Amino acid sequence: MKEMADILRQHPFVEGLDDGVVDFIAGCARNVVFQANQMILKQGDSADWFYLIRRGAVALEMYAPGKGPITFLTVRDGEILGSTWLLPPYRWTYDARAIEVTRAIAFDAECLREKCEADHHVGYEMMKRFLPPLIERLQSARMQSLDLYGAQAS
Amino acid sequence: MLKPLDASAAPATANGVMTPHFATVTKRVREIPDVVTLEVPSNGVAFQPGQFNMLYAAGVGEVPISMSGDPARQDVFVHTIRDVGAVSRALTEIKRNGVVGVRGPFGTGWPVEQAKGKDVLIVAGGIGLAPLRPVIYALINQREAFGRIALIYGARSPEDLLFPKQLAAWNAIPGFQVEVTVDHATREWRGNVGFVTSLLGEADVDPDETIAMLCGPEIMMQFTAGVLADRGIGADQVYVSMERSMKCALGFCGHCQWGPAFVCRDGPVYSFDKIGPMMAIREL
Repeated sequence: MKEMADILRQHPFVEGLDDGVVDFIAGCARNVVFQANQMILKQGDSADWFYLIRRGAVALEMYAPGKGPITFLTVRDGEILGSTWLLPPYRWTYDARAIEVTRAIAFDAECLREKCEADHHVGYEMMKRFLPPLIERLQSARMQSLDLYGAQAS
Repeated sequence: MLKPLDASAAPATANGVMTPHFATVTKRVREIPDVVTLEVPSNGVAFQPGQFNMLYAAGVGEVPISMSGDPARQDVFVHTIRDVGAVSRALTEIKRNGVVGVRGPFGTGWPVEQAKGKDVLIVAGGIGLAPLRPVIYALINQREAFGRIALIYGARSPEDLLFPKQLAAWNAIPGFQVEVTVDHATREWRGNVGFVTSLLGEADVDPDETIAMLCGPEIMMQFTAGVLADRGIGADQVYVSMERSMKCALGFCGHCQWGPAFVCRDGPVYSFDKIGPMMAIREL
């Protein structure tokens, strides 16, 4: 597990996190690689894993009938992929597909949820790390939903 | 009786002239389905990046359109126009050798001199890249006078990106970083998807020594300025280009009055520390 903890420490997600906490959560983590175009998450599936992207790019997509998959966000090096593992019903609300070869740290969501329950300090640290990007993405999504650059918006 | 359009007369200037000079369109490029770039002779009249001309479509009306060409070229005015209303539609429908009325240049320019010796961060949204293109030319023309340059450009979709070949060419210039993002895309697009602010962290600039220039929808500029402030780029380092209903372009008619300012005369380019508080007043 030490090796995994060291890899984890290189990711901005754990910046400022106590060594003990990093070691504790590293037990739920493993290294993964996704090939270009490989599906990582599928809308409606159980949110059993989430990912910290080490290197690569992932498209978050929604499938629109008659239009096919539409990318609404890309996440890249140093970012988090997946947040619905945190709260019931633990289901993905979009698809995620690797745009290029992507290396990530995968977390077993159930394992981490159990650790968050067992030690609320860990749970609080997780919340502090998940909320800022969630709020940032919410604000971005709000801007995107306004269709600011569309003809009617001018 | 209407006078015939005279394309050989001297261009109008900002010296109070209200009559447009009629110019022949020498080049017309359709950039994307609803955006056209027109070139007309400038007869040697210089302009500052950020300034605009009033363009008149005969019998339809007159609208302010920013310069989008290289300020070092004093032979032409280049205007990139989006079809969003009756006048702009009429302008985009003018063909090569057609005639367009021109008054200008008017307004304030981007702070090119203040940016010398500093990094420059340019954030453009949608058609907002067009008014910023002259300052990009100016930075490139005097590349050694500036530090690192970063352009963050957001568009609706990959099909709506303006000047794609130039974006690639600028990105190839040493010390010139171009980051592009779109609101949504199909799988053919391998670039970024998300709002422009999601890429601000990618800009390789020193916050303490950076001048930022923003142009796009007002809400985008407000939001971006807030994120820049969080990243240490203060309001006095941020410049925005405003858009209001400009008619006379000389500060006479009051159509573009915005609080104590006339956007046509006092703008369109403002320092954000001067107008940020006004942008927050909904009644204005």
